[in-house]
Amino acid sequence: MTGEIVNSAWSSHEGAAALAAPASTEKRRAFDWRILLGFLLPIAVALLWEAAVRFGLAQGRLVPPPSRILTTLWGLAKTGELWTHTWMTLWRVLVGFVIGAVAGIVLGALSGSSKTTRQILDPTLQALRAIPSIAWVPLFILWLGIFEASKVALIAVGVFFPVYLGIAGAILSVDRKLVEVGHVFRLSRVQLARRILLPAVLPEAVIALRSGLGLGFMFVVAAEFMGASEGLGYLLVDGQQMGKPDQILAAIIAFALLGKIADSLLVAATKPLVRWQDTVRERL
Amino acid sequence: MLNLEHLSKTYADGTRALSDINLVVQEGEIVSLIGGSGCGKTTLLRLIAGLDQASAGRISLDDEVLSGPHPAVGIVFQEPRLLPWLSVADNIAFGLDGLPAAEKKARVAHALDKIGLVEHADRWPRDLSGGQQQRVSIARAFVTNPKVLLLDEPFSALDAFTRASLHEHLLALWEETRPTVVLVTHDVQEAVTLADRAIVMQPKPGRIFDELPLTLSRPRDKTGLPFETSVRRILTALDHSLKAPQLQPQRERDRQAAALWW
Repeated sequence: MTGEIVNSAWSSHEGAAALAAPASTEKRRAFDWRILLGFLLPIAVALLWEAAVRFGLAQGRLVPPPSRILTTLWGLAKTGELWTHTWMTLWRVLVGFVIGAVAGIVLGALSGSSKTTRQILDPTLQALRAIPSIAWVPLFILWLGIFEASKVALIAVGVFFPVYLGIAGAILSVDRKLVEVGHVFRLSRVQLARRILLPAVLPEAVIALRSGLGLGFMFVVAAEFMGASEGLGYLLVDGQQMGKPDQILAAIIAFALLGKIADSLLVAATKPLVRWQDTVRERL
Repeated sequence: MLNLEHLSKTYADGTRALSDINLVVQEGEIVSLIGGSGCGKTTLLRLIAGLDQASAGRISLDDEVLSGPHPAVGIVFQEPRLLPWLSVADNIAFGLDGLPAAEKKARVAHALDKIGLVEHADRWPRDLSGGQQQRVSIARAFVTNPKVLLLDEPFSALDAFTRASLHEHLLALWEETRPTVVLVTHDVQEAVTLADRAIVMQPKPGRIFDELPLTLSRPRDKTGLPFETSVRRILTALDHSLKAPQLQPQRERDRQAAALWW
């Protein structure tokens, strides 16, 4: 991209002037405007729908126009309702994610690093994984009640499996050649784990955590469907029961933003750990 | 003194990789193991490094029997095998864990200087070329001051120019502490450039076919006649080792004696 700019500048006669101007943007890796192309399609669809409703071509009762969704969202934000629900959802995801991720990391590490523990643990966990997580809901409600505990448990179960699989798989696929370097320098098992295995699995661990977080957001909706009085999932159910499609869409937009922000934070937090990677990480 | 006695290695599937290897390498000697692929050169090196266990026989270093990785034995692999998450300097310091920080720093700085990568100390391995990475890997093995250094075709993936410059780096590092070096190679020129003695190996099962002393003075002139003669001698021995695997090897020394006679 930057190469193109420079080339065209050199080949044209007004090159000198053109070169002087983008010099400052060049320094901070000239912003790639093509990223904005991705916004073209959704904005066009939104504008078309807005116009269709405005000009009476469509009723817009079941599929409200963007303006009405934004008004609803704004209204919810102004009364503070949006924030209460968002915090509630976020808190549930966070607690469930931490519990599920810690369990996944510990059991994944155990099962990845020793053949015996793998043979003991893995078959049972794989069998449990085959159960659709939502199927646990009735049991969790019986065991843990209808309040927070059962919701958090469901989310933790959803987060656990991708993290467990990712960590165990990452440890099993560590390059034997690098492990041998550790053997040559006579590292103990603990040193080997800390100095070679841990850094080697970090990139895949981050990916496992990200997919775990994604599933956490999926399961928080399911959890909030089963009788919650707060949370973005409650807004969805409420919108359905009260016939407010604009509220449903507003909650969906809130979910999308929340999920994206949480994922970006996770990526940003773990980026310094995997900066050394020699891959096309940028595409993730 | 590195001493291999009746060393054999048979893999679990019954493949005989090495059979009855006897070899004595003097302190400070550079020995080159040379031979076609599949003659057990790398297997032999892995046994000495303690990465694999011999099926029979004994490896000893100055009367101490080696039964696993030993602090006095270093190895440079065919690939650089640098840890991608450590900087160049940290990679070199990888084996220096027990040392005080100042000593560690000094040794790493000295090694970096020797391999000419001082300005790359803080970079990641991915930013280096293949030849530079292999230099770091050689430095990583040298900083621990091993008594025995094993080199497993460390230059085979590099182009001729890079290889020649790495030979110089290697000899410069070797000059300092003069460790015993066992170099596996399939490049005859490389063997003659570096080694005091060439051991020609024979496949199926891997065993020693012949030994040729290389007594050229250092630094070695690669264009001179003695160099050429040595290369030719090794090539002839290699040829015999592959063509007539069942024949009793005719000793190079005998041939030399015959040459002197007429």
